Amino acid sequence: MPSAAVIEVSNLRKAYGSTVAVDDVSFGVFEGEIFGLIGSNGAGKTTTMECVEGIRKPDRGAISVLGVDPRRDARALQDRVGIQLQEAQLQKRIKVWEAMDLWASLYPRNVDTDALVERLGLSDKRNSWFMTLSGGQKQRLFIALALIHDPEVVFLDELTTGLDPQARHAIWALVTDIQDRDKTVFLTTHLMEEAERLCNRVAIIEHGRMIEMGSPAALVKKHCPQRAVVFSCDREGVSELLERVPGVEAVSREGTTHRVSGTGEDFVTEIIRFVSVETLRVSDFQTVMPTLEDVFLKLTGHGIRD
Amino acid sequence: MLKGFWKLTWVEIKIFVREPMGLLGSVGVPVILFLLLGRVFTSGSGASISSATLERPAIFASIFIAIGAVTSLTAIISIYREGGILKRLRATPLSPVTILGAHVMVKLMLTVVSLTLLLLAGKRSYPGAFDVNLLSFSLALLLSTVSIVSIGFVIASIVPTARFSQPIASAILFPMLAISGLFFPIDALPSAWQMFASALPVTHAVSLLRGIWAGAAWSQHFVDVGALVLNFALCSALSAKVFRWE
Repeated sequence: MPSAAVIEVSNLRKAYGSTVAVDDVSFGVFEGEIFGLIGSNGAGKTTTMECVEGIRKPDRGAISVLGVDPRRDARALQDRVGIQLQEAQLQKRIKVWEAMDLWASLYPRNVDTDALVERLGLSDKRNSWFMTLSGGQKQRLFIALALIHDPEVVFLDELTTGLDPQARHAIWALVTDIQDRDKTVFLTTHLMEEAERLCNRVAIIEHGRMIEMGSPAALVKKHCPQRAVVFSCDREGVSELLERVPGVEAVSREGTTHRVSGTGEDFVTEIIRFVSVETLRVSDFQTVMPTLEDVFLKLTGHGIRD
Repeated sequence: MLKGFWKLTWVEIKIFVREPMGLLGSVGVPVILFLLLGRVFTSGSGASISSATLERPAIFASIFIAIGAVTSLTAIISIYREGGILKRLRATPLSPVTILGAHVMVKLMLTVVSLTLLLLAGKRSYPGAFDVNLLSFSLALLLSTVSIVSIGFVIASIVPTARFSQPIASAILFPMLAISGLFFPIDALPSAWQMFASALPVTHAVSLLRGIWAGAAWSQHFVDVGALVLNFALCSALSAKVFRWE
């Protein structure tokens, strides 16, 4: 992956009255990657993103997008970035094609709008009013509007909030598709599964401060190196034997189901070897890997609050 | 400079027409009002119906068109802001002036349509009674509408929610209307109130419309024109300062 930074944010701070929404946040987004800002609602994700988009004026800090200050040169940037806002709406009775047509007329350069509508699965909705679209269709329209001028950087704010799983998966495929077209994607989400699937790198933000940044895999390895193996076996005395296996840190048992957790590259191999050597009859065997959600829980001390 | 202005105007017109009740209210009601009032005012005057007889119904219906345009625009701006539509439009190369200008343009076009329908209905119901310079009268109504619309912008800028903005707009505009000279001569007011009334744009709108209807020259109404333009300039400048996009 090329590593030129297309977005650079340093020491960003933004307060609303006495409430500090974003405090001393710094990060960079590299060309061609999908970068995610993750955290609970109200953590400061949208404020950060809207400062980067040039919609909000930061109190302090420096922001550069494609080498341009988004506040000072908003117009220069408009043609090069695509924006999807959180919980945005269009006119209730605007038709899909009318919105596409209006947006297309605002930029010097356009992609083939018919092909774009087709790609986002909106072809049979061209003549529908905005208000008659489903949540997923609305979001796909907003993605289409963000992509209509073939931008270099795409901002996606809470893209799948409120969508059902099927619509969510369809949107994820579209986001990956955007990256495949050599664009940089900067997104926010409070869904850890979404971040883990889509993002090359994430920054975790909590109470307006950035507490960690890195690739999801690296963060998991760093903060939650422990993994677990769960298997079912009806032989007695297995728990005691398991405690002596190298790398094992904890063993628990519920009925015939054993849960073993430990660290180290060879942990899972050691358990498999143990099962084999002891010739255990195992009816069920599962490796449980920690996820970004576990990292988030560990770092913030709480789960995602909706 | 105003990239997308006409396209947005056209889209907004189509959107407006797609809501039949709104269309009926802003285009149909003034015409019905004019015809009903016309019947009241012309009853008993026999065959001698002149443009002077129709003055009150015509001015009343015209002012109704202008006020209707303002309350509806105020509501639309509030709804667009509340729904995040303004914010979304603003995150495009559309300039704020273009967005608001397109809405004013839609209202002016509707004003022209309403007025044309009203005049057609008048001509049909009272043939021979329309010896009025209709082009001048239309221009006078457009100027009045633009000026009063700018008050709507200030209201839309300050009032936070859509449900509240329309009653507030009415609460501000209707008292202005009450002392504008439309219902009774301003001379009948106490002198302090007369001064107050003469500072209000609606008063000048009524005076201008009435004068043009009666065949007066524009030069006789330069004070009214000046007051309406001044009001537009002041209110536009004020709303540019206090307007909120979200």
